[in-house]
Amino acid sequence: MLRLSNLSKYFGGVRAVDALELNVKTGEIFGLIGPNGSGKSTTVNLVCGIFGPTSGSIELDGVDLKRQAPHQRIDAGVSRTFQNIRLFDDLTVWQNLWVAWRDAPGQEHSWFSNWFGRSLSRRHEIQKLLEFSGLGDKSNNLAGNLAFGEQRRLELARAMASKPKLILLDEPAAGMSSAEVTDLRQRILTMKEMGITVLLIEHVMELVMNVSDRIGVLNFGTLIAEGLPEEIQHNPLVQKAYFGSSENTSGGDTNAIDQ
Amino acid sequence: MLYFLGIFQTIGVHTLLGLSAYVLLLTGQLSLGQVGFFAIGAYVSGILTVLFSWHIFAALAVGALVAGFFAFLIGFPALRVKGLMLVVATIAFSEIVRLFFFNLSWRVEVNGFDVGPDSTQGFREIRYFAANGWEQTHVVALIWSFVILVMFLLWWLDRVRAGAVLRAVGEDDLAAQSSGVNLTMVKVAAMTAGGVIAGIGGGLFAHSTTYVDHHTFTILLATFAVSYPILGGHKNVFGTLLAVIFIQGFVIEGLRFMGDYRNIVFGLLIIFAMNLRPQGLVDGHFISDIKKKLGGKPKKDSADA
Repeated sequence: MLRLSNLSKYFGGVRAVDALELNVKTGEIFGLIGPNGSGKSTTVNLVCGIFGPTSGSIELDGVDLKRQAPHQRIDAGVSRTFQNIRLFDDLTVWQNLWVAWRDAPGQEHSWFSNWFGRSLSRRHEIQKLLEFSGLGDKSNNLAGNLAFGEQRRLELARAMASKPKLILLDEPAAGMSSAEVTDLRQRILTMKEMGITVLLIEHVMELVMNVSDRIGVLNFGTLIAEGLPEEIQHNPLVQKAYFGSSENTSGGDTNAIDQ
Repeated sequence: MLYFLGIFQTIGVHTLLGLSAYVLLLTGQLSLGQVGFFAIGAYVSGILTVLFSWHIFAALAVGALVAGFFAFLIGFPALRVKGLMLVVATIAFSEIVRLFFFNLSWRVEVNGFDVGPDSTQGFREIRYFAANGWEQTHVVALIWSFVILVMFLLWWLDRVRAGAVLRAVGEDDLAAQSSGVNLTMVKVAAMTAGGVIAGIGGGLFAHSTTYVDHHTFTILLATFAVSYPILGGHKNVFGTLLAVIFIQGFVIEGLRFMGDYRNIVFGLLIIFAMNLRPQGLVDGHFISDIKKKLGGKPKKDSADA
């Protein structure tokens, strides 16, 4: 599904992502973990087109994404959430989804009605997605007035509104209570059942170990390990990267880039 | 009576100018270039009726299209700059336009008289309305037909998806882009629409006052243009209209006895409004946004962590 080959992104002398090889298979939940500043968010931003890569290629189902503008990658089937929630606060909950909405194949609106239609038919579908996200009764609230957990769910719903094949979740559990994490886990599994491939970037091990089919570990912009959750848990290289040793103090400088 | 018709005329033209800035504010672009498009509309349509004896409607349409075309061109480089830098860039554009017309001399003999823009002397005798038997009430009706039409279109825009997309871009363009919005298209379209609206306003202005020169199109008018939607709030189009009525009707006309000191009142008013009613006269969080853009820390500008 998603194939990153020899992907690099340098910021000046800092190699945020360095000759990264990553292969996410169709229909799986791939967890991407790594210490702060290891290049996880930079990888997401490269796939989404926020940054252009220094070198290497990004392919989605064999299609080269590199030359596509960020909005075109949505049409190609990639969508994302942000580490710090970025909703359209002054729009209502359902308008947030309306902006991102893509019609299912075969049911596309004409150009004119896509932009200038009231699209009541869509409102019905949007409402269904909101109910799925547990926001059914909030559709006319302003997104900025929602509680934190609701905002996270709305951002997830917005990422699904474009009917993606692949969703990149950038630390979706950050700041969540453990009950909310359980709920999120269920939602991610439901996405998988719907046939959506998930690339999950996460620090909350409780989530990433329980939900991922495979896990990759990034450090200094390269993949240092890849495998099943239980393999990763017992991998000495991973433990070294996380807990550090004298010559391996990650984070710090590169963290700023990662932000 | 004539006096009040004159005020109606001014309020109508300034509302169009304010609405042209309003469209851009929706997408988060603060432009002081609207006066440039206004000037293009004024000169182009004036030249067409005076030098080429066109009908007023054709001249207004072409003036608006030419202004819109330049706005379209400006839209692309403007994409690369944000906030304060966009303000500076659009001021520069307005000044280029103003200086172009300051130097433009295009005199033609029509019916035994020399007419046309005369560089420093300004562009006099734009007398289409008087020459064709329009009364001032007709002129006011024409101006307000355009005001109502544009306000209706913008009001309607907020009820369709395009309006939500414009506002989404204004709130967080990176998130909008990551939701599949083509930022280039949306921002350039908003710039073009703003140019067309300002161009119509400029054409109506030139013909209703019969005289324009470069002094008309200074930074002061550009400031008025953006202050209307800022003061009125960007939540809906009526805020802009109320702000124009308040500033032109009350501050400028009501305080006429103060002479040019009125402009100080205008400046103070903006400062007070920003502090006391940061959401605008009508509604909205927008002023705080502008304040952030003009001074405070940048809002979510970098790529997300």
